[in-house]
Amino acid sequence: MLIAVGSLAAMGIALGGLLGIAARYLHVEEDPLENELMGLLPGSQCGQCGFVGCGQYAAALAHEHAPVNLCAPGGKSVIEALAKRLGVSADTSDHEEKGPEYALINEDLCIGCLRCIGECSTDAIVGAVKSVHTVLTENCHGCAKCFKICPTEAITMCKVPVTLGNWHWDKPHADAQH
Amino acid sequence: MKLFPVRGGIHPDYRKERTSEGAIVALPLPKALYLPLQQHIGAPAEPVVKAGDAVKKGQLLAKGAGAVSAPTHAPTSGIISAITEVAAPHPSGLAQLTIVLQPDGKDEWAELPAALDPSTASPEDIRARVAECGIVGMGGATFPSAVKLGLGTQKPIETLLLNGAECEPYLTCDDRVMREYAAEVVDGARIMARALGAAKIVVGIETNKPAALAAMTEAAKTFADVEVVGVPVQYPMGSERHLVQAITGLETPARKLTADLGVVVHNVGTARAVHDAVRFGRPLIARVVTVSGGAVAKPQNLEVPLGTLVSELVAFCGGLTEPPRRIVNGGPMMGQPLPSLDVPVIKGTCGILALTAVETNEQPVGPCIRCGTCVTICPCGLVPVEMASYIRKDNLEAAATAGVTDCVSCGSCSYICPSHIPLVHYFNYAKGALAAQGREQRKQDKTKELVEIHNDRVEKLAQAKREAAAAKKAAAAAAAAAQVETPQ
Repeated sequence: MLIAVGSLAAMGIALGGLLGIAARYLHVEEDPLENELMGLLPGSQCGQCGFVGCGQYAAALAHEHAPVNLCAPGGKSVIEALAKRLGVSADTSDHEEKGPEYALINEDLCIGCLRCIGECSTDAIVGAVKSVHTVLTENCHGCAKCFKICPTEAITMCKVPVTLGNWHWDKPHADAQH
Repeated sequence: MKLFPVRGGIHPDYRKERTSEGAIVALPLPKALYLPLQQHIGAPAEPVVKAGDAVKKGQLLAKGAGAVSAPTHAPTSGIISAITEVAAPHPSGLAQLTIVLQPDGKDEWAELPAALDPSTASPEDIRARVAECGIVGMGGATFPSAVKLGLGTQKPIETLLLNGAECEPYLTCDDRVMREYAAEVVDGARIMARALGAAKIVVGIETNKPAALAAMTEAAKTFADVEVVGVPVQYPMGSERHLVQAITGLETPARKLTADLGVVVHNVGTARAVHDAVRFGRPLIARVVTVSGGAVAKPQNLEVPLGTLVSELVAFCGGLTEPPRRIVNGGPMMGQPLPSLDVPVIKGTCGILALTAVETNEQPVGPCIRCGTCVTICPCGLVPVEMASYIRKDNLEAAATAGVTDCVSCGSCSYICPSHIPLVHYFNYAKGALAAQGREQRKQDKTKELVEIHNDRVEKLAQAKREAAAAKKAAAAAAAAAQVETPQ
């Protein structure tokens, strides 16, 4: 009995010590959790979360307990993915799911100043100096950076319309508990 | 022929006798035809006509766009009055781009492609003709038939299984087509088997259609490669996977096709359309539709030009005797509710049912009593009660693991549930929501990729600028040094 307890305790101490030494000498400089969170975020650096970019938000999530519901372009799915990874409960009840959006340029108001093109992180806007710009809708992910910078308010954010291709049945109303 | 048992299933009240004994009646030409660009699975067709054009019967109106798509043809001669948004025959009631054709009453045929001789035509030619004629799965799935006939080039296909099961209650359009056009259906099936490279044809018909069985057996008796088989009356026997299981004993694995088992299934209506396309060059411009239900005065089968409004069909059948509780597009088990009667008949419309409150038998939802009946009858071997609980708690991931994407939406569980829980509604919702999540994920991946490309580009530009600045500086320094060296 004593031999068994003693030998197991000795093994535990020895292996624990080994692990401690390994952790000290083999530790990784960058935070793997941060990288993982970064992978979950859209990566468009739009700054709507209040941080400079996705990397800074990921760091704040990992170390400063930043709320998981700040990413606007990511929507509900990103909130849930972040909450799941961090093991926190995400309160999506007050999260107003505004749905995917895209930017649309009013050609009568556009003065061709190139500012929105400089802001766009997915190269979804094409145009040249003093000529009307346009948005490639399929590349736009609705981060609204161009919307904020436009000097003539020529940009509006539009909802991605519901079509026959993306429509699906709503969840049934549960009348009874089952 | 030895048949194999299929698990689960139900035996609803079939109510087919209301329409099964009357011959198919041709609907007179309506005042206007509405031809949606999306009548099939895949990319919408692209219009090749514009408002004001005069077209003839069978003329191409919109061409298929991409590999999985189907063209649309003029069901009669007339003038294109507009290409505009019209409500689609879809439960959402959303509008879609539709070609509006004003018939001129002459019903004048355009010049059709030359007839092909199936005994000498190559499989490629047959497939090209089927694609050109806009034929899609007429059982309701509307998958472009030419694509399905091309499966023979990817996998060895032994058997073409012709689906005449028609297991949905009320519907009798396939029954009537088999009785009245048996020779055409058998001929179409033999043409399709040639395109597929299938040596054997099996026609599966539920035994509650003895007249259709007899007519098809008679039509097939001269062909050694065609076998007509009566299959048990058991809903959902008409589901592709279940019919294959009943005939071959093989179960199609999840997320695989029946073609992986060497079997391709086509509807009998599709076979008739293929016969018309190959033998006469006629595109798909009309179909047989069952108009039935307790609220319809004279239920019958109609041969309808595509694009006819559902209201015209109902009016031709004597109108409605009482306000229906629900208008259903398709059968009562898997059909989808229609928001109104002002939507067109499209290639996949096999039935229009105006059901009374007695027929829909809607009951308040009660608590689940864990009777397990849904588990017993699920023909896909799933556990509906478990999946529905997950979905109710928004745990779509767990529902997906439990197999909700393998559900064929046959509705047997909703039908049988003693507590009237809308089980199949939960699964349709979950399948749609999971598909939406997939689309969102793909969009996010694409955004990430674009951001990386953008960052690379910006970085390269900055690098080039730095290099240019360094080069300029070096040049200036060299020039200055040269100046210092050459004052004398």
